[in-house]
Amino acid sequence: MARRIILGLLLVLCVLSAVFVAFAWRTAIAPVEPPARSTFDTALIARGASLAAIGDCVSCHTAPEGKPYAGGFPLHTQFGTIYGTNITPDAETGIGRWTLPAFRRAMHEGVDREGRHLYPAFPYDHFTNVSDDDLQALYAFLMTREPVRAETPPNDLTFPLNFRMLIAGWKLLYLESTGFRPDPAQSGDWNRGAYLVRGLGHCGACHTPRNALGAEKLDLDLGGGEAEGWHAPALNAATTAPIPWTADALLRYLRRGADETHDTAIGPMAAVVNNLSAVPESEVRSIATYIASVMGPADEQRQKRASQIVAKARGANEASGSVSEVQRQDAKKSDLAPQSNGAAIYAGSCAVCHVALERPAGSASGNALHLGLSTTLSLPTPVNLIRVILQGIAPADGERGPIMPGYAGAFTDAQVGALVSYLRATYTDRPEWTDVDRQVRKARQSFAEAPE
Amino acid sequence: MNLDINGKTFQIDADPTTPLLYILRDQLQLNGAKFGCGLGQCGACTVIVDKQPVFSCITPVSALQGRKIRTIEGLGTLENPGPVQRAFIEEQAAQCGYCIPGMMMRAQALLEQNPAPSKSDIRRYMNANLCRCGTHMRILRAVERAAAFVKDGGKGGTAG
Repeated sequence: MARRIILGLLLVLCVLSAVFVAFAWRTAIAPVEPPARSTFDTALIARGASLAAIGDCVSCHTAPEGKPYAGGFPLHTQFGTIYGTNITPDAETGIGRWTLPAFRRAMHEGVDREGRHLYPAFPYDHFTNVSDDDLQALYAFLMTREPVRAETPPNDLTFPLNFRMLIAGWKLLYLESTGFRPDPAQSGDWNRGAYLVRGLGHCGACHTPRNALGAEKLDLDLGGGEAEGWHAPALNAATTAPIPWTADALLRYLRRGADETHDTAIGPMAAVVNNLSAVPESEVRSIATYIASVMGPADEQRQKRASQIVAKARGANEASGSVSEVQRQDAKKSDLAPQSNGAAIYAGSCAVCHVALERPAGSASGNALHLGLSTTLSLPTPVNLIRVILQGIAPADGERGPIMPGYAGAFTDAQVGALVSYLRATYTDRPEWTDVDRQVRKARQSFAEAPE
Repeated sequence: MNLDINGKTFQIDADPTTPLLYILRDQLQLNGAKFGCGLGQCGACTVIVDKQPVFSCITPVSALQGRKIRTIEGLGTLENPGPVQRAFIEEQAAQCGYCIPGMMMRAQALLEQNPAPSKSDIRRYMNANLCRCGTHMRILRAVERAAAFVKDGGKGGTAG
């Protein structure tokens, strides 16, 4: 009897497996000779370039110090490391033999030309919203890049996730292929922004928290997520920005990487704004319009508090001398732990730029943010502040951008922790962070493992 | 408070927020480290703290108690220059020379961590230090030469 039950169960398992394989199976799309550059319209290529910039394709598809789009970028996830693939038109190692339908299938369904399911680290849950017209332009852009021969390193994923078939199950649960539906009640600008944010821009891939299976939590849509060890701040009503964002401020931030009353773009966001600086302004304005609308208007209390903060920041900049008297007094209260006095460290290291002088706009050292304006200090987690203090801010190679020296060598973990806690207490009215020490150690460790 | 600089202990009296550079230059007459931008952006003030290059113009002394500070004066003497110093002299890497002590300290830190750096390792590591005369090519060669000296057992100087 027992044997029969086991046999029966095995049979059921076999049938289920067969059904699943049949469901998950995708056929290959026949390879073609790489199309010649002359077969693509130049206007289409130019539009594709702008779309690729909005999609920030280059970030995940370029290795550190590698050729653009030639793949090899290691994306560390909770499931292991996935490498961005080579999307140059190289026939052997890139997508040179892909047809437009093969490209469309990858973008809309997460299946490559050979019929393999792609991991959702490639955000096809967003790209499924991209229109066929835009896909055609993107395809034209990518197929006219310099072909680079570069094998993508094999992924390093925990068992059983190395079986790509399983992704078909994930898609059944989380991939909604309905396409983008405009909201007729909203303006064209708003709808264009929604289309870009929900589609190619894939903002939610970082700014929405993920569940245990790595899918975006729809109930916390744009509510603040994680990207490459950084916190991606909330873009919805949960925003903690001390100065409420407006569409105009967002436009300045997304175009130039900074707005005078908000933080500089740091971490993975630096590449995003760098790309957006080269996109037609109307597109970025649409994104800004939509995000501002998702955040919603700030209530009166928040507005009032914001104008107090701005006034204080202006006052600090106009005051002569580098450090306020209060801070000087705080710094002298160093009897207990002189080595880790956050106030002394702030006054000796940070104030020279963050308070001291109003420098001409555009100079490399200018416009250091008054920290009262900083969203980084107001976030639910200290990770971004810790990473900036340790690593500093540097523009990409050959690009302009704000800079800040890193203090990884200068400060011990305890000193970084003391500074972080001091800044939180001094410049925000939010509760103190409780896991500062652990986060400092973690950030240092991640830099030691991946110095890039 | 006490500071450990080039293996010696110095007792100093200063506001805890005072940048190390001011103490080195104004109180201890260790004038190798230079004041450039005062913002941690040019590297002329670079010293080594424990094993890491640090901008002394933006590092308050109170944060450095109990830690090992090294300045260019600790790398060697006029009569007996260290390998990094000797390499910079042999490559004639200085023009006005203002950035060079910082450059040498950063190079020293690099070679202690990685005695055989590649050209791109050197470029990446030295990136934080600027030279306004434009002798970067010679500086990069000097770091390579210093690496070769270190490989030969640091002959001709005392390794820091």
